[in-house]
Amino acid sequence: MASEHALPSPAATRGGRPRDSVGSWPLVDRVAYLLCWAVGIGLCAIAGVIVVFMLVKGIAYVRPILLVQSPSAGASEATSGGFLDPIVGTLLLTAIGTVIAAPLGVAMAVWLNEYARPAWLARAVESGVEMIAGTPSVVLAIFGLLVFSRPFLAFLSQTSAGGSVFGRSFLTAGAIMALLAIPLILGSTREGLAQVPAHVREASYALGKTKATTIRRVLLPSVRPHIAGGVTLGMGRIVGDTAIVVILLGATLRLEGVGGLPGLSTLRGTGGTLTSYVKYNSPAGEGNAPQKAYAAAFVLLIMVLALNALVTRITSRHTRHMR
Amino acid sequence: MGRRSSGGSRDKRAELALGALSVGVLAIIALMAVTVFAKAWPSFAHNGIKWFFPGGDVDQQLNAILGGPKDPAHYVYHLRAWPLLWGTIVTTALAVLIALVVSVLAAVFIVELAPAAVRRTIDPVVRLLAAVPSVVYGLIGILAIAPWVERTFISQQRKHSVAYVVQLTGSNLSVAVLILALMIVPIMVALVVGALQTVPRSWTEGSAALGVNRWRTMWRVSLRTARPAIVAATVLATARALGEAIMLSMVSGSRGFAANPLDGSTFLFEPVRPLAATIIDYIDGISVVPLEQTLYAMAAVLLVSCAFLSLAAWAVKQPMKRYGIRA
Repeated sequence: MASEHALPSPAATRGGRPRDSVGSWPLVDRVAYLLCWAVGIGLCAIAGVIVVFMLVKGIAYVRPILLVQSPSAGASEATSGGFLDPIVGTLLLTAIGTVIAAPLGVAMAVWLNEYARPAWLARAVESGVEMIAGTPSVVLAIFGLLVFSRPFLAFLSQTSAGGSVFGRSFLTAGAIMALLAIPLILGSTREGLAQVPAHVREASYALGKTKATTIRRVLLPSVRPHIAGGVTLGMGRIVGDTAIVVILLGATLRLEGVGGLPGLSTLRGTGGTLTSYVKYNSPAGEGNAPQKAYAAAFVLLIMVLALNALVTRITSRHTRHMR
Repeated sequence: MGRRSSGGSRDKRAELALGALSVGVLAIIALMAVTVFAKAWPSFAHNGIKWFFPGGDVDQQLNAILGGPKDPAHYVYHLRAWPLLWGTIVTTALAVLIALVVSVLAAVFIVELAPAAVRRTIDPVVRLLAAVPSVVYGLIGILAIAPWVERTFISQQRKHSVAYVVQLTGSNLSVAVLILALMIVPIMVALVVGALQTVPRSWTEGSAALGVNRWRTMWRVSLRTARPAIVAATVLATARALGEAIMLSMVSGSRGFAANPLDGSTFLFEPVRPLAATIIDYIDGISVVPLEQTLYAMAAVLLVSCAFLSLAAWAVKQPMKRYGIRA
């Protein structure tokens, strides 16, 4: 029984850390304490409600046939088909974005952490990346539209009969998506590089290895978990973004290839992803098929949560390894 | 052996290549600022400073630009974008205010008050909330929350009170603000928790040793030390809120209307449409040159605001360095 003591009683000491009892606090502090608990529990409750709500709707509306059927512009839920094309679109766009962003993000992280000469240029690059990280994706998207409708970049998308370049394709959308992912990959990789002790680098130099070799053979392998974590975060960001898809991918229901070459035609063509499909089928879009929207949102949420769980696993395994 | 002797020049090449890549990305960013502004210029030039002022129905003006003559000599540019700016300011300010209170309390809870078991649950919960795509938030908002708000809060009487200027529906400012706040809370919680964890342990222990209770210690020592980081987190969250387009275009009512605080509680149920959502809503008309230039003008405003906010976030964090704390 912990009675009122001026000093914390041994019973109140848990885990070797003395804890004062909340009951003895002034009223204001107790109110604040309760508020903190309320907010903490509230956030958990909201997250729980979102997940359960989406799960219920998902189970109610997801049918295996939806995953393998192409969408069509039907008037009712029954005739509008499934969302095979949006799933393929999401995977394809994420792949393109990651393939562009990962090398750039890692290269910039290495340069900023290991070279960073001249200092003013490094500072400028740092600020630039910070600016990109803070720029709304809708602004990035319409900037992309501006750049990629230049005639000399016509090979990335399609040219209309009138000679104007369309600018919208998987390649152009993927390139702009990469800008979303670069700050995340760069930040994570840099954090990893900063944690590598100086003596590791010195040991490598002492063996006569050059700086470039040290980076390639010593530093990059040791920050692999950080790179993986950053890339996965970036993929989550790309999967979840809608604005760039709506503006720079055309947000068409099906993947519409351009030109004859299979593969390349899809890359140069327009399409949609799960996010644009959800928006299209929400009451705010033209499709207005809420059941399809819920089903697609459920699949999207599963993808994002899987990526999220992957990040957690990568980082936790890494912290264990570091200890 | 040959590789060894050429090591120096290879090293140089590696540095140059990596540096060139970095500078290349920097150049793309600079190009973005320049091209967006160049494209936006006619819209600003025709309207002058009045671009930012109120005057008339902004939706009618946008539709007039969209349906204007195709002849470059007769392009329509007339725009008074204040309702859109006001919509952006109000949604962002209210959402950030709510998020600030919630996230500071949540961060204190996570860092200090929560038992270890609860902390292990709430960490992934915050990450989950941050990972949910904005379109999913928008979908839940428009299909679940908006109809509820419409049934519960929008009485006939309330509808009649503002019927002469605007129609009330379930998609309105209140829904937009609540969901936007929910979307930026996880970002802010993560940043504030990070800052609180960098407060030197000896400082909080010193406070506890003086008999100060755990809440007071957090309030007086930790939160005060981390104040610059909290401000920085708020600023970054503001930038995120400014740029949110999809969710807001779905649940904000999508009406270029300057919600009027003088309408009392009805203010919260009036529709708005922030800048970013406007770009999304009018993107189908981007082949019309003057509308395209108007949309780029909106993007330019967003770009400048967000750049300033990034700069401000960097500047406010500087005092933390004085304590030797990196956050």
